[in-house]
Amino acid sequence: MKERSGYFRRKQFSRLMLVLCGIATAFVILVLILILGYTLVNGISYLSLDFITQPSKPVGEVGGGMRDDIYGTFILVGLASLIALPVGMMTGIFLAEFAGPKAASAIRFAADILAGVPSIIVGVFAYAILVRPMHTYSALSAGVALAIIMIPVVARTAEESLRLVPNSQREAALALGISRWRITLGVIVPGAVTGIVTGIMLAVARIAGETAPLIFTALGSAFGVQGLTQPIGALPLQIYRYALSPYKDWQQQAWAAAFLLVILVLGINVVVRLVSSRRKK
Amino acid sequence: MNKCKPDRSAAAAGGDIMSAARARVGDTIFTRLTLFFSILMVAILVALLIALGIDAWPAIQKFGLSFITSVEWDPVNEVFGALPAIYGTLLSSAIGLIIAVPISLGSAIFLSELAPEWMRRPCSFLIEMLAAIPSVIIGLWGLYVMVPFIRNPIEIWLGSNLGFLPLFSGPPFGVGFLSAGIILAIMVIPIITAVSREVIVAVPLTQREAMLALGATRWEMITRAVLPYCRSGLVGGVILGLGRALGETMAVTMVIGNAYALSPSLFSPGATIASKVASEFNEASGDLYIGSLIELALVLFAITLLVNIIARLLVWRTVSVRGTGE
Repeated sequence: MKERSGYFRRKQFSRLMLVLCGIATAFVILVLILILGYTLVNGISYLSLDFITQPSKPVGEVGGGMRDDIYGTFILVGLASLIALPVGMMTGIFLAEFAGPKAASAIRFAADILAGVPSIIVGVFAYAILVRPMHTYSALSAGVALAIIMIPVVARTAEESLRLVPNSQREAALALGISRWRITLGVIVPGAVTGIVTGIMLAVARIAGETAPLIFTALGSAFGVQGLTQPIGALPLQIYRYALSPYKDWQQQAWAAAFLLVILVLGINVVVRLVSSRRKK
Repeated sequence: MNKCKPDRSAAAAGGDIMSAARARVGDTIFTRLTLFFSILMVAILVALLIALGIDAWPAIQKFGLSFITSVEWDPVNEVFGALPAIYGTLLSSAIGLIIAVPISLGSAIFLSELAPEWMRRPCSFLIEMLAAIPSVIIGLWGLYVMVPFIRNPIEIWLGSNLGFLPLFSGPPFGVGFLSAGIILAIMVIPIITAVSREVIVAVPLTQREAMLALGATRWEMITRAVLPYCRSGLVGGVILGLGRALGETMAVTMVIGNAYALSPSLFSPGATIASKVASEFNEASGDLYIGSLIELALVLFAITLLVNIIARLLVWRTVSVRGTGE
């Protein structure tokens, strides 16, 4: 009888802990809903056509928008992709196709370490090598900083996708007497294109929301986009500045900007994941 | 057209060799090119260390080791010490992990062992979305929604009931180490959950069945057969989360209050290395001030580097031990 009640107690305890696990999951999802809910509800109530079509206004003047910062974000992401895609892709190809086991593990190690470097440190680095020598904050330095964040992500996902291409395809192409570089670019990369594009889009979504590396590279600009060697505004940077400002009007604009950024970043994430999971089936 | 003919017939004999040679040249160039870009990526990592070292040099030279042990941060008299920032970084990350680890493990167990099949993918997907939200937006939400909530019921309650502990002493500001820790927990939960879920799913079914056959309850099966089996992976996930928490900048900067103090109270506003750099870099002037901020970044770099390398070695070692042991 005693043993039975012990078993009963163990069973009750087990049930209790399992319920707690369920509560933990529910809690995490609740946090997500709270963050998204506040951002979407607050954001949409402050969002207006002006916000998207007007440049920012100085303190004290009501109105104005973030046209230039939205534009700036796209420029920075484009610039970063332009730098990071060739470097990341070629590194991925080297890792998957050509590297010996020792070189591969060394480079993979470096990629993982680089991916683990806090983004603010990458910003300090871009400041040290570009902003300081050029004596000006610039879109270029911000683009380089974002590219450094993007490179290891692209390299690793490219490598992983390329490895999934079956060896028989490589052998079949080699047997036809085609040179390796044409096989790589003409057969293997196209075979892995879904995975590679997925990785690239996720990396793009990540750097579109990066703020820390922009603070002392892009700086922000009150005069719109003026070229790559001049300071430039960006959506996340403006959210940070406006959120910490004491002006109600600016705080509201920060929520509106957060709304746009969430739609952009989560939009990319959702679409990419839906497409890639459908392909897998 | 006619002129080409003799050339063509001549080429026909040697054509194969020619194109093979050209292919070899093409291969060499292409392989070298991929090697070049790989080395470029490694070079960026090395350059990062060197460039930070050079720019931090004035501060390293001036303060030496006292930079790490000094609590002063006085731009006017140009005296700089990193201890409060290092303390803040470690404290906020510790709070973050203490909150995040049980919640992450719980939801990983739920998603891999308990949830019905139709719930698993959408729930994992939602948790992944939490990881995708830019940190500046989490900071914005933290500052305007979470911090007032932390101040009013939570800190006031903790202060009046547990105020005798130094941890919960002092006035409730809302912004401070506690808020920073909670924000960090929110940001690392998805990472730890995702890794844990993956390694738990990878545990062979026979482990579970054997434990259940011995009369264990489901919870006993999980804690005694499943979790020990994938311990190394779980530790790896936690350390990955730690690496992220140590370097997290925007959300923390927005909710930690940016005071430079060495206070035992969790309610006290403070600073982390990353928040110090983020909030002061633009205003800094003079080689020594900028150098000190860059040295701070260097210290953070060293800490995260150490954490990442430990994580890797740990996982490698446990994996190889298991590989030879069984």
